[in-house]
Amino acid sequence: MSVLESEIGTAPPSGWSVMWTRYKRNRAAVLGLVLLVIVLAMAATAGFVEPVDPLRRAGDPLVPPFTDWATPLGTDQLGRDILAGIFHGARTSLLIGIVSTVVAISIGILVGAISGYFGGWIDDVLMRVTEAFQTIPNFVLLLALVAILGSSLQNMIIAIGIVSWTAPARLVRAEFLSLRGREFVEAARNLGVGDAAIIFREILPNALPPVIVFASVIMAISILLESALAFLGLGDPNFASWGNMIGAGKAVLRSAWYCAAIPGIAIVLTVLAFSLIGEGLNEAVNPRQKKS
Amino acid sequence: MSMLNYMLRRLVQAIPVMLIIMVGTFLLLKLAPGDTVDALVGDMGGADPRFIERLRAEYGLDQPVLMQLWIYMTKLARFDFGWSFVHEQPVMTVLMDRLGTTLLLMISSLFFAVSIGSLLGAIAARKAYSLTDNIISTLGLVFYAMPSFFLGLMMIVLFSVKLGWLPVGGIQTIPSFYEGWDYVKDVALHLIMPTASLSLIYLALYMRLMRTSVLEVADLDYVRTARAKGAGEWRLMVHHIMRNALLPVVTLLGVQFSTILGGSVVVETVFSLPGLGELAYKAVIQRDMNMLMGIIFLSSIVVIVVNFLIDLLYARLDSRIELT
Repeated sequence: MSVLESEIGTAPPSGWSVMWTRYKRNRAAVLGLVLLVIVLAMAATAGFVEPVDPLRRAGDPLVPPFTDWATPLGTDQLGRDILAGIFHGARTSLLIGIVSTVVAISIGILVGAISGYFGGWIDDVLMRVTEAFQTIPNFVLLLALVAILGSSLQNMIIAIGIVSWTAPARLVRAEFLSLRGREFVEAARNLGVGDAAIIFREILPNALPPVIVFASVIMAISILLESALAFLGLGDPNFASWGNMIGAGKAVLRSAWYCAAIPGIAIVLTVLAFSLIGEGLNEAVNPRQKKS
Repeated sequence: MSMLNYMLRRLVQAIPVMLIIMVGTFLLLKLAPGDTVDALVGDMGGADPRFIERLRAEYGLDQPVLMQLWIYMTKLARFDFGWSFVHEQPVMTVLMDRLGTTLLLMISSLFFAVSIGSLLGAIAARKAYSLTDNIISTLGLVFYAMPSFFLGLMMIVLFSVKLGWLPVGGIQTIPSFYEGWDYVKDVALHLIMPTASLSLIYLALYMRLMRTSVLEVADLDYVRTARAKGAGEWRLMVHHIMRNALLPVVTLLGVQFSTILGGSVVVETVFSLPGLGELAYKAVIQRDMNMLMGIIFLSSIVVIVVNFLIDLLYARLDSRIELT
């Protein structure tokens, strides 16, 4: 074996593989990942389960689960296939969860970075605005935004993003406050690099890991917010949604409680997946801080 | 004296936040399709354009936007939230009518979440890594993922439909002439399920925080000293560990109060409780924007007051903190 080869063999493992090794150690986090893969698979195969429209009539109304093979999980009071609703609902939930998290984190990064980097009165003003957003009960603000913007899918995503940016903004601001005085930032500044470039190219990459870990928490909250809106009948009526299925199930709760229970379990498992993953990532990124 | 100073300073800090919220609700009202006069005219079933013009002038809606903002803010500062065309009453009257129910729900939920949450968390920490701990922690994760409306509906199925133990909704039995303790008992029965479904998520959070916090505090020197001096396990837990371990729970309580208040919208709707949350939902359905903005403003004030009280409580719990 040549020297060169042996060196490659003992090269330190990459950052990702270290992360993965640490992540794997947490069995609950692996379970979260498995659950997420299942939900992703449901979203991906929704077209095979119900190629036409999950909201169409698929059989007799109120067929109980496990009694008819055409509709394995039964049907609701309008004869809609619950299984198809669950699979297509996975698409809606994931789509809204992911995109509104991106919206929330983008706003959060922008506000937090500017606030933490410049400090002074800019920081004061932006922090008061953040506090104002945190003071207004977020679900009430969400209702107001949906009432004003209307409840199409895009508007719901924007509204959910608008009510959830404050936590990432505070996180990013704290990172920027601790990073802005570091030597590499001073060095860049002395080289004549502009503020925007320092913020986005120098500091931001170093401030991102905790934000990315936190993203799974926002994802879980976004999915819960969407399901609550849809439950109240304020969601986009053109898309299958777990929350909406539960809302419809409320009317037949006495005779057919499975109509509300099945989509509810889907929400619980999906949100559980994201919180378990978030915890696992957190432990993998901060191995020393051993929490619970 | 320092106490008074502290309270004053907190009050001054709250002013800019309140001003931003005022401007925010004004912007939302401007963004919403239609204004007060449109609502009024719609309510009257149409009117002639000259009359509409005069109404606009009367409401100051012909003024420049900044002037309108000023008028709006001076009104809000006097707790004048305008007229609700749905309820045919001033918004403030309707809000005051509903505030009590929501505050009752908040108090019972917070009490339940904090007391049971910290108790379970403390038990889990004292038996860390045992079966009890695992069961409590797993339950916590499931509670945390459970949407309140789903939990509420499932409780209705179990406790109202199947077992018939608890009332399905409302705040009291309607054709009832209960007085004194019977009335209190009746309201309490109606509040059990709403409280449980609203507080379970927070119970789970406080439980996990308390577990971590007790584990941390239990290792500190002063606890070992107390133990060496012969303090019993119970005394150690209550007097030495719990008191300090509660601090992070109290902090989180302040941060999350506004979220809990927001959660009341869904829970009050599920259980048809006549509170602010249910009112907010109806306001959206009926497009009663004045009402919705009034709720935003009033609930923000509630959040600020509660946070203020929590700060005082925090200072009371942690004597190291001086109110300066």
